[in-house]
Amino acid sequence: MSVAPAELDLPRSADELVPDQPWLTIVWNDPVNLMSYVTYVFEHVFGYSRPKAEKLMLDVHRKGRAVVASGTREAMERNVEVLHGYGLWATVRQDA
Amino acid sequence: MFRSTRDGGVTVRLSGGEATLLRSLVVPVMELLSDPERPSPPPEAAAPDESADLFADLERQFSSPDEPAPELSADPAIARLLPDAYKDDPEKAGEFRKYTESSLREAKKYFAQTLLETLPPEGGKIRLTGDQARDWLRALNDIRLMFGVRLEVTEDFEDQLAALDPKDPRLPAFEVYGWLGAVQESLVHALAR
Repeated sequence: MSVAPAELDLPRSADELVPDQPWLTIVWNDPVNLMSYVTYVFEHVFGYSRPKAEKLMLDVHRKGRAVVASGTREAMERNVEVLHGYGLWATVRQDA
Repeated sequence: MFRSTRDGGVTVRLSGGEATLLRSLVVPVMELLSDPERPSPPPEAAAPDESADLFADLERQFSSPDEPAPELSADPAIARLLPDAYKDDPEKAGEFRKYTESSLREAKKYFAQTLLETLPPEGGKIRLTGDQARDWLRALNDIRLMFGVRLEVTEDFEDQLAALDPKDPRLPAFEVYGWLGAVQESLVHALAR
């Protein structure tokens, strides 16, 4: 563990904190994963409410895919790793 | 089948036949994940203690930038268990795979191992903590993914099953797949309570 330096280069304006493009976590439909299971994974992994998790699950089911989270590339890659652990078919891409 | 417990875990009662079947189904998943295509580094590369092992790992990762990144497996079952993280971008997908695939394989083997360690072959009443139950959930899902790919299951599984000739050699596997779905569904409901 390390100690933070006494002085930090703070961003001069709020603009500098805004990333140029957010990244997305996308989940794709597949014929094996149970609807109840996918809902549970969204609730458990992202802390989403049951209604939000169900809506996203139905989007995946009906539209073939859904954006389930957005943020930094690193955070989206971590999501995908966790979702692959659960056997969901998830990918990362930059928001166009 | 599964019941939730007050401490966030679950209990389930399985017959000896069910327990033996489940245990036997986890084994091929573990074999699949044990990397026949990409063998682990030779044993002499392994260091005696953990910290040195970490450095050896880092060295392997950074000393060979020219080494091609691993690709999506040609075996559809492995490809489904270890999918690409970037669609239509082999370079980014390969880079991601290079740093995450082995830990994903290990994680999935760990889930399967939890199931083997907590499920006695003779069955009986099994008590799982919440974490163990989520390992079971993922292990069951990996078994179903492997079966699903091999059997080319579609979303209309019930219709596929009903249309099978009673003499079709795939029938038992389809029935086991259907049973696994019911087991997993029950576990999800016990956990989601």
